[in-house]
Amino acid sequence: MSETDLLELEIENPVASYLRQERLPHIWCPGCGIGTTVNCFARALTESAMDLDRVAIVSGIGCTGRVAGYLNLDSFHTTHGRAIPFATGLKLGNPDLKVVVYSGDGDLSAIGGNHLVHAARRNMDLTVICVNNFTYGMTGGQVAPTTPIGATQTTMPYGNFENPFNLPFLADACGAVYVARWTVYHVKQLAKAMLEGLRKKGFVFIEALAPCPTLYSRRNRLGDGVDQLKYYKEKSKIVNGADTKDVGLTFQGDIVVGRFVDRERPTWLDAMNEHYSQHFGEKYVPYGVSHGQD
Amino acid sequence: MHADPKGVLTGIHFIDGDHAACEGALAAGCRFVAGYPITPSTEVVERFAARIPLVGGVFIQMEDEIASSIAILGGAWAGKKVMTVTSGPGLSLMMEHVGLAAITETPCVIVDVQRGGPSTGLPTLPAQADMMQVKWGSHGDYEIIALSPNSPQECFDLMVKAFNLAETYRVPVFFMMDEVVGHMTERVVIPAPEAIEIVERKWTLKKPGEYRAYQTDGDMVPEMVKAGDGYRIHVTGLTHDDRGYPAMNPQAQDKLVRRLVNKIRANRDKLVDVREDGVEGADVVVVSFGITSRVAAAAVEAARHRGVKVGHLRLIITWPFPAKRIKELTGGAKAFVVPELNMGQMVLEVERAVAGKAAVISVPHAGGTVHEPEVILAKIMEAAQ
Repeated sequence: MSETDLLELEIENPVASYLRQERLPHIWCPGCGIGTTVNCFARALTESAMDLDRVAIVSGIGCTGRVAGYLNLDSFHTTHGRAIPFATGLKLGNPDLKVVVYSGDGDLSAIGGNHLVHAARRNMDLTVICVNNFTYGMTGGQVAPTTPIGATQTTMPYGNFENPFNLPFLADACGAVYVARWTVYHVKQLAKAMLEGLRKKGFVFIEALAPCPTLYSRRNRLGDGVDQLKYYKEKSKIVNGADTKDVGLTFQGDIVVGRFVDRERPTWLDAMNEHYSQHFGEKYVPYGVSHGQD
Repeated sequence: MHADPKGVLTGIHFIDGDHAACEGALAAGCRFVAGYPITPSTEVVERFAARIPLVGGVFIQMEDEIASSIAILGGAWAGKKVMTVTSGPGLSLMMEHVGLAAITETPCVIVDVQRGGPSTGLPTLPAQADMMQVKWGSHGDYEIIALSPNSPQECFDLMVKAFNLAETYRVPVFFMMDEVVGHMTERVVIPAPEAIEIVERKWTLKKPGEYRAYQTDGDMVPEMVKAGDGYRIHVTGLTHDDRGYPAMNPQAQDKLVRRLVNKIRANRDKLVDVREDGVEGADVVVVSFGITSRVAAAAVEAARHRGVKVGHLRLIITWPFPAKRIKELTGGAKAFVVPELNMGQMVLEVERAVAGKAAVISVPHAGGTVHEPEVILAKIMEAAQ
């Protein structure tokens, strides 16, 4: 079949309707893993059968921070590190919304680290998707709180000597009710985790490991995007329910993936409503309790 | 429209400025506050936290002022009227989100109960030294509105106005209290809900598909929607086009930034709010705002007893600055006296408006107390020579 024949088939991309077509092409480099995570997210939205008018997405700044702008949802591209507190306000302003935070490792765990730990502590009802590419891509490949020891970055030109975060352990310790990690090699599992995350009530943290061929792989002589996928394939080990303190990452070392945490805890809003109902009795009208679709 | 009765504590109260400011916000329809404790502003959020459960809304104490100042922007896009409250050090942390509110045109009120600075400075003592910071503090070009109450009653009345202006112009509105106004206790009369005029958000009547988030129809203020209504809006801190989509080019930058500043600059005359006392035909005009206006009023009285033809112009809305009115007065007045609890901030605006046509005498005070009236009186007498 020739290329022209293929075009005439008019096969529609199944995730096309989730994207703002008028904003394409996107800014991501060839081999970048962020687009793969967006594909997984679109599939999770399809599976969820949610009313997409009630799903809002909030991003910070950086390469992953651009996700909000490409998705055909109510979307907010905020300031560097502050997607979580913006999302907190959005959720508390209208508890009927399903609020998703979609941002990068630097945005969420460096400049935004304080907000991450407190939103998890509060069990704010947010689904946080953290694309971890171990670097600051948008600014040219500087060291991140996730860069493994030994990896070279422009601001660690002789190799990183700083201890990186183990993000699932951090989210778990702070009280997240759902914590998972997958790589962009594990597209089915990642999409399923996103679906579970969308359906879960409370603070959800999903780490998606993704290659940055332009700045992380090249600088560390790790080949291109496909080479990183091969690494993910060969070195990943699925351990659902793994103790998160054991899932730290090393430079090109083994990767533990899986659903690590899935538990129940009252959300911030549920706790507030429960507490005030007890304190004030019938005088208190529970806040933001949905009365069905209006 | 009229105030929602649920938030209005109609009656005669004996409360301080911080508490009155909170009641003003509730009366104005504010139903979401995010804040972080800081002296001397904390009582505003303490009262809100106590009052809001039975009014119907949310207070959350965030992890810092950075979080507070963006949580309210999220709350606004969810459809709520929103406020945060702080003092100098917290205000400095909030500056990035002043810019985000400005470029995304998110209505919000930021209360600054001013204390002595710089840095931690004088946490429990007054100043008026954040006046230029609220005007210029975030990077880039934008305009804001600021109001300066001088009593608990005005903390109530002007807070309602602050919310109304935030909705009308879709800008961050600063409520510039100070430690004395915040902590002085006076009689505050809260009217009946039907006597309080409220400006509703400029909601669009357009349908999804027809609506463009930043398109304007003449008045430079776009119509708004909220998340969850099916419009699938995109809101970004990047320079954007009418649809709200990033547009990284000089044409889009010119169009957006011009509108952000002009929607306030073109309405300067409408936004003038001053209290005038004997300024027509005066030889000397005292220009003051906030707590300093009460001290200045005593000095003006004393000067009149000494035969000086002195007027008093008090700024209620401090930004935009009423330059045109000051300029009009330069025909008669030979000198302007500007006392303020800083080392000379708003006096720069007076100088600009007067443009050398009269003398301008600054009466700076580094803060910690208010001026002694005699200090202002001495400057009035000097100006009258």
